[in-house]
Amino acid sequence: MGIEPGRLQFSWISSAESTKFVDVVNQVTDAIKALGPNRYLVKNQAKVA
Amino acid sequence: MLQYQDKIQAIAARLLKECKVDLVIGFRRGTVPMMNEPYVARTAEQTTNLIWDSHCGINLTNYLTDRKEKIGIVAKGCDSRNIVTHILENKIERDQLYIIGVPCQGMVDKRKIAQAVNGAVDQVIENGNEITIKGPAGDKTVTKADVLQNNCSLCKHRNPTIHDEMVAEPVAEQTDIDAYESVRAIEAMDIDAKRAYFEKLLEPCIRCYACRNACPLCYCPTCFVDEHRPQWVGKSTDPVDNMTFHFLRAYHCAGRCTDCGACERACPVGIKVRIFTKKLEKDCLELFGWEAGLSLDTRPPLDVYRPEDPDDFIK
Ligand code: SF4
Ligand code: SF4
Repeated sequence: MGIEPGRLQFSWISSAESTKFVDVVNQVTDAIKALGPNRYLVKNQAKVA
Repeated sequence: MLQYQDKIQAIAARLLKECKVDLVIGFRRGTVPMMNEPYVARTAEQTTNLIWDSHCGINLTNYLTDRKEKIGIVAKGCDSRNIVTHILENKIERDQLYIIGVPCQGMVDKRKIAQAVNGAVDQVIENGNEITIKGPAGDKTVTKADVLQNNCSLCKHRNPTIHDEMVAEPVAEQTDIDAYESVRAIEAMDIDAKRAYFEKLLEPCIRCYACRNACPLCYCPTCFVDEHRPQWVGKSTDPVDNMTFHFLRAYHCAGRCTDCGACERACPVGIKVRIFTKKLEKDCLELFGWEAGLSLDTRPPLDVYRPEDPDDFIK
């Protein structure tokens, strides 16, 4: 829909899987950092105000 | 069409006389051509107002949500599928309903009709597959197939999937149609082309929410676009706000949309909003073999888990 693959990720984590949650958050953070700042679906604040 | 109408009136009158239902929801003629409006008949006398022709594109399931009465409802193929969805989602009980099934031959697109006579339309007369349009710029006769709503040309479920009584014998279903050509064209684009396409498509959107209001699926008491604590999406017509609204609304309809076309029909600026729900319909069919509203016995893909789920993240 006009955003890069990988910017949006889904995971299935039970409330009992705390370590899996930490791992997934770290993985996603690293993956998104590698993609760099978001260029899509960004609102031009000055214009909208 | 006239036979349908007589039969609808007769069934409705009988139901009301025998007190089988408290009201019958159908259509009556609108004040301008091609704009039939939903009508609630509460007495047998009122049923003479009920009509049927090729301008009954509004989805009447929209008027069932959370009702408590016993209701007779006129339903074409897509309406019946939305009724099934409503029952599955506990928005109405099956035994509250008496469904008057109408085998549908497609609804016409008022914009295509207006285009055929270059503007104003005074009268539209149907005769089988021929439609005569009378306007100040002269008369014109067209074939119904050429002026159908796009969703009707692509429809594979013209006969109601659920009914208590039919007004006529089932019509032949359309086969050999490629329903997803438009979706594939967009899937083939790269990210930037997609974004440009959506921006252009939604540029005229005035965020009137007519599409949402016409949709039987959009029954949430407070829609996410109207909420402001927290405010999920901006209220402006900025391209990002427009896209957020349309993407999210489409996702809320995933596995539920029947492609009835009520949203597209309602849009005052003529945006082809069905392209979003069509994509999700295609995904549901390809990933889960699912088409909405075909039976009361299967749960929709988004509220069941199956071991053969195509996605890895859920396993
Ligand atoms: S999203 Fe549009 S086509 Fe789908 S059910 Fe709602 S009104 Fe009908
Ligand atoms: S009906 Fe049309 S203009 Fe109104 S919100 Fe929907 S797409 Fe936008």
